[in-house]
Amino acid sequence: MSPREIAVVRIRGWFRERFGEGGLDWLLHKQVPRHRHTIWYYLGGMTLFLFMVQVVTGILLLLYYRPSPGEAFESVQFLMTKVQFGWLVRGIHAWSANLLIFTAMLHMFSAFFLKAYRRPRELTWLSGCVLLLLFLGFGFSGYLLPWNTLAFFATKVGTQMIKAVPLIGNWLQTFLRGGEDVTGATLTRFFGFHVAILPALTTMVVATHLFLVQRFGMSVPPSVERKYPNGNVPSYRFVPNFLLRDLMGWYLALGVLAALAALFPWDLGVKADPFAATPAGIRPEWYFLFMFQTLKLIPGRFLFMEGEQFGLFLFGLAGLLWVLVPFLDRNPVGRIGRWIAFVGIGAIVYILGMSLWAWRG
Amino acid sequence: MQKMLCILTCVLAGGWSAAAADTPKVDRCRECHAILDGPNGEAAKQFTDDVHAKNGLTCADCHGGDSSAEDVDKSMDRKKGFRGIPQRAQIPELCARCHSDGAYMRAYNPSLRTDQLAQYWTSVHGKRLRASDLRVAVCTDCHSAHGIRPASSSLSTVNPLHVPVTCGRCHADAAYMKPYQIPTDQLENYRASVHYQTLQGGDLSAPTCATCHGNHGAAPPGMGSVERVCGTCHVFQERLFDQGPHKNPWQKAGIPGCITCHSNHAVLHTSDAFLGTGSDSLCLRCHSADDAGGKVAGRAYAALSNLDSHIRQSAAILDRAERAGMDVADARVVLYSGREKLIKARVDVHALDPASIEESTAAGMKLAASAFQAGQQALAERAFRRKGLALSLIVIGFVILSLWLFIRELEGKWSRQPTP
Repeated sequence: MSPREIAVVRIRGWFRERFGEGGLDWLLHKQVPRHRHTIWYYLGGMTLFLFMVQVVTGILLLLYYRPSPGEAFESVQFLMTKVQFGWLVRGIHAWSANLLIFTAMLHMFSAFFLKAYRRPRELTWLSGCVLLLLFLGFGFSGYLLPWNTLAFFATKVGTQMIKAVPLIGNWLQTFLRGGEDVTGATLTRFFGFHVAILPALTTMVVATHLFLVQRFGMSVPPSVERKYPNGNVPSYRFVPNFLLRDLMGWYLALGVLAALAALFPWDLGVKADPFAATPAGIRPEWYFLFMFQTLKLIPGRFLFMEGEQFGLFLFGLAGLLWVLVPFLDRNPVGRIGRWIAFVGIGAIVYILGMSLWAWRG
Repeated sequence: MQKMLCILTCVLAGGWSAAAADTPKVDRCRECHAILDGPNGEAAKQFTDDVHAKNGLTCADCHGGDSSAEDVDKSMDRKKGFRGIPQRAQIPELCARCHSDGAYMRAYNPSLRTDQLAQYWTSVHGKRLRASDLRVAVCTDCHSAHGIRPASSSLSTVNPLHVPVTCGRCHADAAYMKPYQIPTDQLENYRASVHYQTLQGGDLSAPTCATCHGNHGAAPPGMGSVERVCGTCHVFQERLFDQGPHKNPWQKAGIPGCITCHSNHAVLHTSDAFLGTGSDSLCLRCHSADDAGGKVAGRAYAALSNLDSHIRQSAAILDRAERAGMDVADARVVLYSGREKLIKARVDVHALDPASIEESTAAGMKLAASAFQAGQQALAERAFRRKGLALSLIVIGFVILSLWLFIRELEGKWSRQPTP
């Protein structure tokens, strides 16, 4: 036996002594299907990696950040200009947040088109949808924290729209803003959401999502299943084959993050002035642009509702149908399944088109 | 009888002075005139938006008569004080019946001055009117007759934005002004000035005709008062000019201050090239490059242009650093202070003391150099970041390659092993 094999046997023995015979063997014996769509499996791991980057850089930012209107902007400015590598930490946190939502969306659409939500993985899909919502919540709450003009007014517009929610709109807006308007109370509230409530919820849902992935394994797309009718789909081991490839993806993401943070530093902008007029061309983050553009296009009054209320109703309904897709797609390889795939393509075209329209102004 | 009517009118006028602010009066005149075509109808329509109508005054308050009577004979009854269209010569006094009455005006606008008539009689317009020249401006020529709005309204003919055109209606009309033998290019010149540019930029505090000439007391500033007029806004320039070498000799020679170099209506944006000995030099109009004055101008120009050039270089490097994503906000504040020193030095020019100018520019040079250094440091930091990025990408690339080779070796070894 080579020294390396001896070391492996010793380590395995150490674990067996503590967790019993076969205690961690499930991890060593876990298999991942290997086919032409396997590449999409890495998006989940990459999203998880970016989330971990967010946690680490977020903790580092927390060492300097002060959540009050008088100090928030200055503390971020100090971090970016005076603290050694502070610019890098904030740059990576900001870029990673955007990449995280991008990879999470790609992961969701790949799961959608590969029909990975099919029985028995309905809960995996549901927990993934909840995670995406939580990430969007992170993005919305974190955007305000530097307390710059753009963030201040984008939050003002964003929370204004929430008022259109039927029955609880007013209450929800006051709850989010911590009062009638966006003020210092909103900043401390968003800070609380961003660093305490959302991380706690996300950690629990991430753990649930990972548990479900382990419990039910990776889904094999219907086209691959058809190719191997006896169920003998080629596979490789999770440890080390898949994990090492995942690691390559993580390093790649790290390289992209470092390049973005160094070449395109995240702008801090100008400190928010609550008494200033709303600047022209105010826009939310890119992942809310399609909703923003749609709401702009809906007339002030539509049918029996206010325009904004109608828009939110439409998005709420579309979101609900999207989340419930595992229960609606009763025949994933049949006619219904094909129609649902077409709807997915339509959704992508709509999101891209509207975002582009809003981006071009 | 006429005396009786006059007393009655005065009693009536006094009566409504107390009641006007409280109860709106019936204005039958406007109701009938509004349906007429021509000037009579137009006047009634315009009066709807007039500040006087909005404050409850009626046609009869200026034209006399009884505005509450429906019968034309009664409403325009001379016995009730109806005076029809007031004579031009009477207009200032007519308006002043109310506008010179402090007690009366307090009910409407306590902050409004009540010395317009007294001012008017001191103006060239007023003096000429008293000399029976009916072509000069009276109240209604500037304020309009029936569409009068507060000067703060952007629709008012006397709003700062419209004052130049209002004055220019007569003063830029060569045919109308011919009998007076005065220039008519003031409006054209003013439109080329930095004052007009500032006004057009939305700064309503920028000087218009009335700012320098006065409004109700409009008159050309005399030779001796030009500096005082300009000094109303340009306080430091005026003070420094008074300390400078030009003040006394010019006064003795009858040369006015300020406008000799800057012109009166066409006050152009100043340039450092106004000093020095170049083709744009104003100093060389009187001095030669070799005389004492020419040498002072040369020194001042050298100091100012040197600082200006350094500030531009510093701004350029900060722009470059900012475009590269570096935060240079602190350096911008330093450079801003440098610019303030340049502005101070440009103001110091009015005293023509080279030592004082050079003192300000030297302080500005230090600040510009500090900002330039900050810009260089920011660019060096950017270069360091890029090198760091390149190094980290090489390490990351190496790890990815190693992992790939390791996976290949691992899977190659397993595929070579015989399947049990």
